[in-house]
This record gives sequence, C-alpha cells and structure tokens, in this order.
Amino acid sequence: MQLSPKAVARFLGTRLLHSAIVLLGVMIVVFALIQLVPGDPVRLALGTRYTQESYDALRAASGLDRPLWEQFFTYIGSAVTGDLGVSFRSGQPVTALLLERLPATLSLAGVGLLIGLLIAVPAGIWAALREGRIADGIVRITSQFGVSIPDFWMGMLLILVFATGLGWLPSSGYIPFSESPGGWLRQVTLPAVTVGTVAGAILTRYVRAATLDVANMGYVRTAKSKGLAPSTVTIRHIMRNALVPVLTIAGIQLATILSGVIVVEVVFAWPGLGRLVFDSVASRDYPMIQGAVLLIAVMFLLVNLIVDVLYALVDPRIRLA
Amino acid sequence: MTDPTPTPENPTATDVEPEADGRVAAWKLLAGNPVTLFSVIVLVIILVVALLAPWLAPYGVNQTDVTRALQSPSAEHWMGTDDLGRDIFSRIIVASGTSLQIALVSVIFAFVIGVPIGIISGYLGGITDTVLMRCVDVMFAFPVLLLALAIVAILSPGQLTTMIAIGVVFTPIFARVARASTLSVRVEPFVQVSKTMGTPGWWILLRHILPNITGPVVVQTSLSLAFAILSEAALSFLGLGIQPPNPSWGGMLFDAQGFMSQAWWMSVFPGAAIFVTVLAFNLLGDGLRDVLDPKQRTLAEARRKA
Repeated sequence: MQLSPKAVARFLGTRLLHSAIVLLGVMIVVFALIQLVPGDPVRLALGTRYTQESYDALRAASGLDRPLWEQFFTYIGSAVTGDLGVSFRSGQPVTALLLERLPATLSLAGVGLLIGLLIAVPAGIWAALREGRIADGIVRITSQFGVSIPDFWMGMLLILVFATGLGWLPSSGYIPFSESPGGWLRQVTLPAVTVGTVAGAILTRYVRAATLDVANMGYVRTAKSKGLAPSTVTIRHIMRNALVPVLTIAGIQLATILSGVIVVEVVFAWPGLGRLVFDSVASRDYPMIQGAVLLIAVMFLLVNLIVDVLYALVDPRIRLA
Repeated sequence: MTDPTPTPENPTATDVEPEADGRVAAWKLLAGNPVTLFSVIVLVIILVVALLAPWLAPYGVNQTDVTRALQSPSAEHWMGTDDLGRDIFSRIIVASGTSLQIALVSVIFAFVIGVPIGIISGYLGGITDTVLMRCVDVMFAFPVLLLALAIVAILSPGQLTTMIAIGVVFTPIFARVARASTLSVRVEPFVQVSKTMGTPGWWILLRHILPNITGPVVVQTSLSLAFAILSEAALSFLGLGIQPPNPSWGGMLFDAQGFMSQAWWMSVFPGAAIFVTVLAFNLLGDGLRDVLDPKQRTLAEARRKA
C-alpha cells in the first residue's frame, strides 16, 4: 500500500471529527454533573459557612443564577478557552489549581506505565513463545493475581514491607523532580510500583495474546523454515508486529491507570489530581470536581487520538478498515 | 484491575448446534478445568459464609472493647482486633455479605440496561447505532472510578449510591459486548431467513439474537462482578461507599492506615478477603471464556478428548 496523502487526510479528518463529537458529549456530561445535584449545590457547598451574602456572591460568581441554556453555552465557551470557573472552597480559578497538581499525577502515571510495560512486554512474549507449557501457566496465573489485587491494598503492603518494616523508602510525600531528582525518585518508587504492577498484569495478557496472533502467522513459519535463528525471528518478525496493537492497548489502559492513580495518591499522600478529586468530593467543591473530571477525560481522549493516528501511520491495514 | 474494554469479536453462532453432534456439554468442560472448579468452590464458600455471617460471627461487628484494642491474631481473635477492640474476623465475614450484594445488584443493573442497548444498537444499525455508540464512547472517556466518584458526589454516599454508581459505569461495557456479538449474529443465514419470512423484529431479537450472544455476556458478567467488588472496596476505602460504623473491606483498610506500624493484621486480612473474592470471580470468568468462546472451546474440547 502506498501512503496517499488524500487517504491520510481523510483518515485524520474522520478521526478528529469523532474525537470532537465525543469531547462535546464529555462536556455535556460534566456540565450536567452540577445540575443533577439534588437541592442547591451552592447551599450544600457552603454548609456551616452559609450567609446570605456569601451565598449570593458564590452563586453569581459561578453563574448558577442564570438560565440553564445560558449556563450551558457559557460553560462550553469558557471551557474551550481554558476557563473552568472558580473553586467553591478557595475561590481560586479551577484551571490554575488543576495545572498545579498535574505534574505530580503525570509523573506517577508515566513511571507507572513504564514499569507496567517493562513487566508486560518481556513476560507476555516469553509466555506466548512457550504457549501451553509450565512457564506460560505461571505467567498467566501471576498476571491474574496482579489483576485481582486492589491497588490501594498493594500500596499498603508495600508500605508495610519497605517503609515501616525495612525503612528503605518513604511511605508518603512528594518532591518535585525539578527540586531534587534523587528525592523525587525515592518518593515516586513505591506508588509507581503499585500502579505499574497492576497495569503490568493487565498489559501482560494483551502482549501475550498479540504475540500469539503474530507467531501463528504464515510468514513467521516461513522465516523459521528458512533457518533463521529463533532470536532473529522473535525480535525482527514477531515483536515488531506484535507490539503495534499493544501500543493501542497501552493508550486505553491509561484510563485504568488514572483510575488507579486516584486511590494510590490517597494512600501515599501524593499531591496530584486524584488527591484533589478526593478532597473536592469531601468538601462538595463541584466546580473543582467538574474541572478535574473534564481534564482527565480530555487527557484520555487526546492520548487515544495520538495513539490511533500513530497506529494508522505505522500500519496501513487500519486505514482501510 | 479487570480490563474494561471488551474484545470486539466473539462469534457465538456455532454454539447453537445441538449436543447430538458429539460436542461436550459446557458444564462438563467447566468442571474438568481444575482452576475453574476451584474458583467455583471458593465462591460457594464465600457465598455461604456471607449468608450465614450473622450466625457465624463470633463477636458483634460493632462490639467495642478498648481494653482489647490492637491485639494480634490469637485463638480468641483469629484475625486480631482493631483500634477500638472490634474483632476483625467478625467484621470481615459480615462485610462479605454487603460486598457481594452491592456487586450483584450493580452488575444486574448494568446488565439489564446495557445488554438491550447493545442488542438494539447492533441489530438496527444505522443512525440508532451511531447515536447509541457515541454515547457509549463518551462514557468510556471517563475512568471508571472517577465517574463513580462524581456520581457519589452528586448523590450522597451510602450503599444505594454505591450500587447506582457502579451500575451506571458498567452499563456501557455490557452494551459494547452485546453489540459486538449481535453484529456477528445478525448476518447469520438463520436470522436473514427469519427476516425474509416476515418475523417481527422483537421476536428475532428475543428468539434468535439473545440466545446466541449469551456466551460473551456471561463471561463479561463474571469479570464485572470481580471489578464491581474492587470498585466498591475502592469507594469505601475513600470513605464514599459503605458508611461507618457498618463494616466494609475497603473501610477497614482505610482505618488500618493509621496503624500500619502497630497492627499489620488490620491491613493484611481485609485486603486478602477482597483479593481472594476478586481472584475467584476472575478465574471463573477465564474458565467460562475458555468454554463459551467457540475459538477457545475447540481447544478445550480437544484437550479433553486427548
């Protein structure tokens, strides 16, 4: 297949349009969150701090005193320009608070995904090449263990052993990478291993399945019968093709990782988005919850868009589908 | 956590063939797999313990005794006591009932709403399919726990909210699985023939489509039960699921965080309870997949005959 610029442009166009539609849907859901709160969200958020003045001020600031359709278009309009309103709790802009927390979450999710791939790629390929043998069985059962373990419990067990038990690593806290790379590494290790082990267990199953698909193909048999060394067949013929679908799965898996990160951040007192959502739910800071949910969903859509586009550029078969 | 994205293709059409052609009954294949059999036995034990918990529990779940606080496991307190002197074993077995109940109700909720959406979407195709599937795509853009958290933030925390939250976030998963299977069954000759004979659409859905997509949907149900238990535990851990003083596995783990260095048993046993239950559902799901997915089934049958 020759890469025709027209076909690529058409694929990109369809894919972008699809993302835009889903993004609009995501924004409608996020907008609806605050409308669905039974009772008056501003009244609920103020709680014991309620005075008529503070109530009126907050209600006007959040635009909740205007008609619904106007609120909706204002919300979409401001969200597109990066204005997500003000926090009920602190009165500060939601966007600024979110961006402040973003690096901590991204570094945790990133290192976690890296650890996951470092576990999954070798384990998955190794198991697939020994399909049906004991090694394969061990990898499959172990990955099932990893899938079934609650991430926050895994984090607690790691703290129990490596922090309170052996005293090797800190049990909580965060140091930005820019301040001290060494300190950051010490802090990120336990939470990232927690996130990575669970992600690795899930990814292992996909790598194994993808490798099996490729390993049973005719061209691999041909390569083998030509007398190529098994390592050459594995690396040049199997891995190159098996890792393409794994890229997509890793993108989708990001959603699971972000889910896990919320709880793991609470366990390790990691000042990221998850911790922020947790605190905001507790204090009924609805604009903050809306903002965080929107940001995480947008990140997920963006990563999947990038992965899909890369995937299509690498593998022409996808564009034909 | 369990994979939330279902596989797109699961042609189950071959499953309709009668038993007379020498195929092995599904339950026989299931029982022949030691891992599946083991997970079923574990699940039955958990279910029995959950049902009989009020009679089996040696102590009351909220029977506090400060003089016996933070005791390590002993003959008297098999899994030790917590910071208020409550018996951890009693709390764990009573909490198992709540966990299973929430998981069952929320998965049934997701099933009852998601499967019809998926079947209708896949069968009708066209604009209905496009609209419904874009809605499903939107739901999939939110991480499961995040969406559940947002739902809990809207309604106030509690057992019913937890069920609704988990049920809602699982609905699109069932819709996708049901749609994918419907798409593959829809083009089968027996459906096409039935259509040309003028059979009404609802009858085709009920009589021809539904029975032929049960395989993937049953597998998804088992895996979802595992994931629902994990989600409930996570929500309760965050203080947004089951509310104290009612015992829950997640809530017990949250309490344990303050006593990591003094009382390891507070964090080890409730987590182990979640782990064993979730593992059993996952292994059962895997076993069911081996039998109900025709591609895998041929393998399972071959192994059995060999």
